[in-house]
Order: sequence, then C-alpha cells, then structure tokens
Amino acid sequence: MKEEFRILSTTAILGYGFPVASFEEGMKRNPHLIAVDGGSTDPGPYYLGAGVSFTDRDAVKRDLEIMIKAGVPRKIPVVIGTAGGSGAESHLDWCRKIIEEIAVENDLHFKLALIHAQLGKDALKNALADGDITPLEPAPELTPEEIDATTNIVAQMGIEPFIEAFDSMPDVILAGRAYDPTCFAALAIKQGYDRALSLHLGKILECASICATPGSGSDCMFGYIGDDYFRVEPLNPIRKCTTLSVAAHTLYEKTNPYILPGPGGHLDLTDCRFEQETENIVRVSGTKFVESEYYTVKLEGAKLIGYRTVSIAGTRDPVMISMIDEIIKGVEERVADNFREKNWQYHLRFNIYGRDGVMAGLEPTPTTAGAHELGIIIEATAPTQKQADTICAFARSTMLHYGYEGRRSTAGNLAFPYSPSDFHAGEVYVFSVYHLLKVEDPAGLFPIEYKTL
Amino acid sequence: MKTKLLDITDIIRSKNSGPYELTFDIMFKDFDWFNKVCEAKVINEALVCRLYKIKPEDIINIVEFNPAKAIKITIKRPFPSGNLGETDVYGAQQHAPLLDLEFDL
Repeated sequence: MKEEFRILSTTAILGYGFPVASFEEGMKRNPHLIAVDGGSTDPGPYYLGAGVSFTDRDAVKRDLEIMIKAGVPRKIPVVIGTAGGSGAESHLDWCRKIIEEIAVENDLHFKLALIHAQLGKDALKNALADGDITPLEPAPELTPEEIDATTNIVAQMGIEPFIEAFDSMPDVILAGRAYDPTCFAALAIKQGYDRALSLHLGKILECASICATPGSGSDCMFGYIGDDYFRVEPLNPIRKCTTLSVAAHTLYEKTNPYILPGPGGHLDLTDCRFEQETENIVRVSGTKFVESEYYTVKLEGAKLIGYRTVSIAGTRDPVMISMIDEIIKGVEERVADNFREKNWQYHLRFNIYGRDGVMAGLEPTPTTAGAHELGIIIEATAPTQKQADTICAFARSTMLHYGYEGRRSTAGNLAFPYSPSDFHAGEVYVFSVYHLLKVEDPAGLFPIEYKTL
Repeated sequence: MKTKLLDITDIIRSKNSGPYELTFDIMFKDFDWFNKVCEAKVINEALVCRLYKIKPEDIINIVEFNPAKAIKITIKRPFPSGNLGETDVYGAQQHAPLLDLEFDL
C-alpha cells in the first residue's frame, strides 16, 4: 500500500488568516504540500474588473510569510491558487511582489513558478468565431463587442498547468485564476493518486476549516489521500470534522451536490460515502471523475459601466414612511425634469431598508407596514463620477425638502448620519463573461514563468 | 398538526452559486424529518415560486441530498451578482422566507 499523500491547507482564502498553533500542528504531520486558495467571485465583479484584490495586502503577506518560511527550508512545495482573489495579470503581479518581499526580508532563496491565466482578446475573438465559446446558463451569448468592453478576462486552469510546473521542481507556485481544488489536488494526481479523490479532497480543503464544526474561515485543515479514500482532519482542538459537517460542505455554493463540474469533466458523488473514522476525522470514498467529451475551461470577465455616488440617510417620521413610494416617485420625476436637456444616461435608485432593502424583487412582503424607521440609500450611477455626483446630490436635496401630502416635518425629511452626506463608490463593474471555452491543450492557455529569488 | 421548518432543521441558508445563480440549503436535524419532508414533497416548485415570486422556468433544480440530509434549491438570480439594482452581492441573506414555512406532515 502506498503512503498517504498529506496536504496542509492553511485558510479558506489567502489573507483570511489562521492560528499559528494550527499551522504548527499541521507541520508536525509532515505534509507533502502546503497550499491555499486565494480566489472567489463572491465579492462581486468589481475586483476582477478593476484588477485589485479583495483581501488586504498585509494580511496576505502575513499568511504567506508563515507558509513560505516553513515550506521552503524543508523542501515542501507551497502552492497558491488564484492569486489576488481574481487571478488576472495585475492580481498575479500584486501577489508576486509580496512573495519577493518575503524572500528578501527573510534572506530566503528559492525557485518561484508563476502561472498566468489572463487571456488575450484577439485569441478569444477567434475562439468565439470558431464556435468554441458557449455561455454558462443563464449567462447570455458572448459577442466580440462584449469581449472588447471587458477589462480583464481570465480562464480557470485545471490541474495540467500545475503538473507541468511541478516538473521543474519549484519551491513556490503562484497561479492566476485556477479551479479552486487544483492547487491542492495537482501534485497528488501527478504522483499517481486517484484523480476523483484528490479533486474532491481539494474541493473540501479549498475552504479549509469551513467544513468543520464549529466552522471557521480563518483556520487550517489537513487532508490525507489513500488508495481508495481520503480523510480530513481539523488541526485546532476546538473543531471536529463530522460526516454531517463535511457532507454539508459539499452543498456549499454548488448548484447540484451530486455533480460538480470542473475543467475537463465532473466529479460524481452519487456513490460517495462519508464515514466517521475518529471523533474528529472523516473518511470519504466512492467519488468518481467523469471526463467530458471536450476539455473546457471556465472564463470570467467584468466590464466598467460607470461611476457611483451614494448618499446614506434615514427617516423616523410615520407620515413620511407611509408615503415613501409616492415621495420616491416625485423625487425621481423632479431629477429627470431638472436635467432633461442634458440627456444624461444615469441610473438613480432609492434602496429602502425596512421595506425591501435586502431582497428587492424576491421580497415576499415589500411593505413598510409596522416599520418605525426606514434606512434610505440614494444611489446614482452615471458615465462619469461628476454626473453621478450631480444626480445623487440633487436627488438627496430634493428628497430632504420634498413636500408630500400630510407632511408636518417641514424642516427636513431625512436624517443624515454623516457630513459629508454623499460618498464616491467609484468605478462600477458588472460580470460580462461567464462562459466555457473548449481547448485542445489544457495547459496551453496558461504560460508558466520561472524566477529564481 | 403544523410542523415548522425552523423546528426540524439545523441549517437554512442562501448563497451565490456563481454570479448567475442563487442556491438555498435546508439541512434537517435528523433522517426521520428529512425523509418525511422528502416523501411529502412539500418543498416543491410551486412553493418556491410562491415564496420568491418567480416562474417555474427560473428554478434550476430542487435536489434531495442524502449524505447531508439536506434539500437544495437553486434558482436563477434576478440579475447577475453586482449588476445595477443589486442588494445582496454574496446572496447570503435571501433565505428568510424559508424560515417561516409550516407544513402538515
């Protein structure tokens, strides 16, 4: 029987942190790999579109410094998936500089592999023309115009680029956008461990201690891969992995828990078994990998649509609360009328907390009945920040002094918590690419660069 | 006798499943309740359409997941995460209508 392959996953997202005691517990188990996933589309389109990280630089550096200082001297590879949260070129560059700083400050010398994941627009347009790009339902069809409008387009790499990088024996691998499980699974698969089990374990380790009870987004988790099973073990004595906590994690952020699609195929969990091995270790078996007819990778992109200014206010007046719909309509009309000749293309919205501020159209009871106060966010989005400022400020002053029926509070309709009352929310991006790209060579889209630090 | 979903579950939550979908997880306290709710098919398309004021074609699937004694509902987001009109970028606060559910079981 082959030795178990051992993986230390440090935290749910690089920069979310972990207790040093948990990390040291993990190091005592002599991992073959220290890995962390950095990515998510959850924080929305801004971070991919603008090319900035949603995690803090100092927090990312803290996590990486502990990992690199432990891994490099012991020759344990340190692998980071989806640098900078979104994995485009600027995110990769941001994270590379952090690693270079760590090397200099600690007088560490090592080989770094960088795997790029941002795609060129011309190549994508050719692929689109060849019929190789299909929307991931319910996303719409892609067009060349939409490709041009998109600032950053990345593809989620599978295990293949990592496997190729490992051929050159780097100490640290920093990858751009990667399918979350791959930074954990690739080395095990390269060494002959089962692909389905390695990927399924990667799927659990990518969120580290979120799969334990009590769950945490900032603690380590340890994984072991055997011939026909894998095991997960928390490293903090306050946590346990239970069959329920691990199985429950399989549901998390997925469309269908039995079928988990990824690059080149899907995991099939139909015959999967979750067993309680010890009080805090869960053993999983029976996962299958089903190769797809064509190898596809997921594309993600976001485009700039304008600039946003917001104003935050509230009302405690019962007459105003009962009239809120009419007041909003009246303010919207006054704004439109005042700037009619400018012909501006703006989006003005009043988000009303206490009515439907959280669920909008999905709210089953969009009423202010019973509310003794309302939170109001006035939001203006326009092609320039200056226009957004104008629309927001004008809507705010109009609402403040709007004369509605039955009004008693003629000194002002709104309570502002801050001066200034209006804030720049800056560039506004939306997701514009969420598609599958058919590829011949799974590693071909992802150039690897090696640096000696 | 009416049974409240809140009383027979450990977890009721919502979250994005990618930028275009919203997914709901309902995890039951034990297999008895999970099996009863599954057999009675009380969590069905019509219910989800009524709770969220959506059309049947907006429901992507409703799956019973035995390993976690869970029922999972996935629907199309009204618009992609972060588009104009967004109120919940992560989709983590769309579960509340499920908390109030009551059934005859």
